[in-house]
Amino acid sequence: MSTAEVLRDCAADNRAAFIAYLPVGYPDVPGSLDAMRAVVAGGADIVEVGIPYSDPGMDGPTIQAASVQALRGGVRTRDALTAVEAVAAAGATPVVMSYWNLVYQYGVEAFARDLANAGGAGIITADLTPDEAGDWMTASEAHGLDRIFLVAPSSSPERLAYVTAHASGFVYAASTMGVTGTRAQVGASAEKLVADTRAAGAERVCVGLGVSNRQQAAEVAAYADGVIVGSALVTALTDGGPAAVEARAAEFAQGVRDHA
Amino acid sequence: MDYELFSPQHSELPQGPYFGDFGGRFVPEALIGALEEIGEAFAKAIVDPEFVAELQRLHAEYTGRPSLLTEAPRFSEHAGGARIFLKREDLNHTGSHKINNVLGQALLTKRMGKTRVIAETGAGQHGVASATAAALLGLDCTIYMGAEDCARQALNVARMRLLGAEVVPVEAGTRTLKDAINETFRDWVASVETTHYLFGTVAGPHPFPFLVRELQRIIGVEARAQIQEQTGRLPDAITACVGGGSNAIGIFHAFIGDEDVRLIGCEAAGSGIASGQHAAPLNDGRVGVLHGSKSVIMQDEDGQTLPSHSISAGLDYPGVGPEHAWLQSIGRGEYHPVTDDEAMAAFRLLCRTEGIIPAIESSHALAAALKIGRELGEGAIIIANLSGRGDKDVDTAGKYFGYLDAQAEEAETAEPVGAQDPAEADDAADAGDTAERSRS
Repeated sequence: MSTAEVLRDCAADNRAAFIAYLPVGYPDVPGSLDAMRAVVAGGADIVEVGIPYSDPGMDGPTIQAASVQALRGGVRTRDALTAVEAVAAAGATPVVMSYWNLVYQYGVEAFARDLANAGGAGIITADLTPDEAGDWMTASEAHGLDRIFLVAPSSSPERLAYVTAHASGFVYAASTMGVTGTRAQVGASAEKLVADTRAAGAERVCVGLGVSNRQQAAEVAAYADGVIVGSALVTALTDGGPAAVEARAAEFAQGVRDHA
Repeated sequence: MDYELFSPQHSELPQGPYFGDFGGRFVPEALIGALEEIGEAFAKAIVDPEFVAELQRLHAEYTGRPSLLTEAPRFSEHAGGARIFLKREDLNHTGSHKINNVLGQALLTKRMGKTRVIAETGAGQHGVASATAAALLGLDCTIYMGAEDCARQALNVARMRLLGAEVVPVEAGTRTLKDAINETFRDWVASVETTHYLFGTVAGPHPFPFLVRELQRIIGVEARAQIQEQTGRLPDAITACVGGGSNAIGIFHAFIGDEDVRLIGCEAAGSGIASGQHAAPLNDGRVGVLHGSKSVIMQDEDGQTLPSHSISAGLDYPGVGPEHAWLQSIGRGEYHPVTDDEAMAAFRLLCRTEGIIPAIESSHALAAALKIGRELGEGAIIIANLSGRGDKDVDTAGKYFGYLDAQAEEAETAEPVGAQDPAEADDAADAGDTAERSRS
C-alpha cells in the first residue's frame, strides 16, 4: 500500500496514522527486525526504516548512539531492504529514511528498484531537498515510490509550495527547529506549519521531531495526518528490548486515536 | 596596494552553487532559508563600498595585510636550483590565513542582524580566528572541536577561551573535525534565527564554498602582483596544502586564468596512500555527498565516511571543497600526496634554513615545492603558500623529532624514525606509495 492509501484509510477511520522510526542494525540486524515487527504488533501503520550513517547531522544523541552501534556491528545499506521486507510481511507499510550519500552510492535508480521490489513505499530524505533531487524524481516516478521531503518552521511560503509540489505520499513537517530527540513539548510552531503546508497545496502532512508520549501524539493527531515517533522508541528498545518497544508503540497507537 | 578584493562580477569562473558536477546544497530543509539569507547578504555586501572599505581597513590595520612574499634562498638550495617564494600568511594576526575569512563573515553576521557565531575547528586555527573576530566585533561565540583535536591542540583551546569563546569538545563519531562540523550543524538548526555558522573552509553547502573563496582570494591577488614585482614574471607553480582547501583556493584563484602556472594542491598522505591511513580524498576517494555538498570524499563501499589520518590536525578531514574536485576534474589543478614524514622533513628544513617555523599543514606545501623545484630545475619560480605559523605545532614536532627533555640528547646522536632528509623523503615518494594519481 502506498503511504497515501494508508493515510486515507486512517482518515476514514477518523484518526491520524502512527508512523514509527527504527534504525536497522540496532542493536544488531536480527534484533532490529524483531523491534520493527514489535512496533507493527503495537499498532504502527507505517514504519520508517532508518539506515545508520556515519555523519547523521540531523540526529540527536539517542539516534546517533544507535547509529554508531549499528555501524560497529557492520550494518550495510542492503540490510535496510531486508528490514523493509520484514515490515511489509508484518503487515505495515515500510518506507526508508536515509541520508542521501548512502542512496547515491548504492545508485539512485538501483536503490529505487530494489526498494520497490522489497515492498517499500518510498524514501524520507533527511538531507535532500527537491533542489538536488533530479535523479530521485526520475527513479521514484519509474518505480512508483513516494518522495517524502521535509518542511521546517523556517520554510518560506515559496519553499513550502516548492517542496509540496515535488513531494508525493505525504509531506514531513519537522515540528521544531532542531535535531531528532524526545522533548517535553512539541513546538507550537508545528500546528501552524501543518496549516501553512496545507495552504501551500499539501494533501497530507505528518509531524515528526520531539513526540515522546501518548498525550503529545494525541495533540499532534488533532491537526496532522500522521504522527512520527523515533527517539522514544529507540530508547524503549535500548531499555527493554522488543517487548518494551511493542508496549511503547501501543501507547502511541492509542494516542493517535485519543483526539476523536 | 591596489587590487580588486572580490571576483569581478562578470567572471566566467564558477560562482557556485555548482563547480562543474560538484557543489550544490545537500542540507535539511530547515537550513535552506539561512543559506539563502547568507547568499543574498553576501551578494549585497560585496558591491557595497562601505562593506568593502571596512574589510579592507581591517585587513590593513588589524590583520597586517598585504602579507609578505618572502624569497627563501637557503631553503631553495634543496630545490634543485629553483627559487622558492613563501606567501607569508603565517604573519597575519592570529597566525594563519583563517583570519581573512572570519573577518568577512563576522562583518556579514552583523549586517544580517545576528548576535552569535558558531564554528567548527580542527587544528584550532579557525576556532582561534573566529573567537578573535567575535571578540573584535562583540559577538557571542561557540566553537565545536573534536575531543581528539582538543587534546592534540590544547593551547589553542586555552586561546579560544581567553578570547571569550565557549569551546565544546565533541565526543561523537571519530572525535575529529568532521564530527565537529556535524555538531555545529546541529547547533545551527536550533539557533539559526540568532546565529551565523562561520564556516571555516571552502566546503559545505552553497554559498560557503563560493563565499569563503571570495574572502580568501586576496592571498592570490596579492601574490600575483608581488611575484611580478619581485621577479618580473608569473611563477611556474604554486603549492598549497589542502584539507578543506581554503588557503589553496585562496592563492590559486587569481591564477586560474594563467594557464602556464601549475596549481598544485598538497593533500595529507599520512602514512602513505597505500596504507589507507591518510587524508587525501582527491588521491584515494570517490564522488559523494558529505557536509552539504557533492565532492570527492573518503568513504567505504556503502558511502559511510572513512576516518582520515594526518599528523596535521588541520588537514585531517575526509572531504575536500567542491571547487578543488572541479579543478582536478578539468585538469587545471594537480593534487599531490605528501606524507607525514615528507612534511616533517620540510618543516625542519625551513626552520633551519630560513628561521621560520611553519605550521605542519603548510609544511605539506613546502615539501611539494622542494619536489617540484627539483623537477623543474634551474631558474624555476615557485610560490609555496605558508598558510600558518608553527607555534601551535611545537609540541607535536618536538615529540616527532625527539627534542623534548630526555629525548633531546639521543636525537643529537641518532636520527629518530621519520626524521628524514628531504632528499630521502623524496626517494621514498618515488618508490611508489605516494605516487601522484590523476583522476582527470
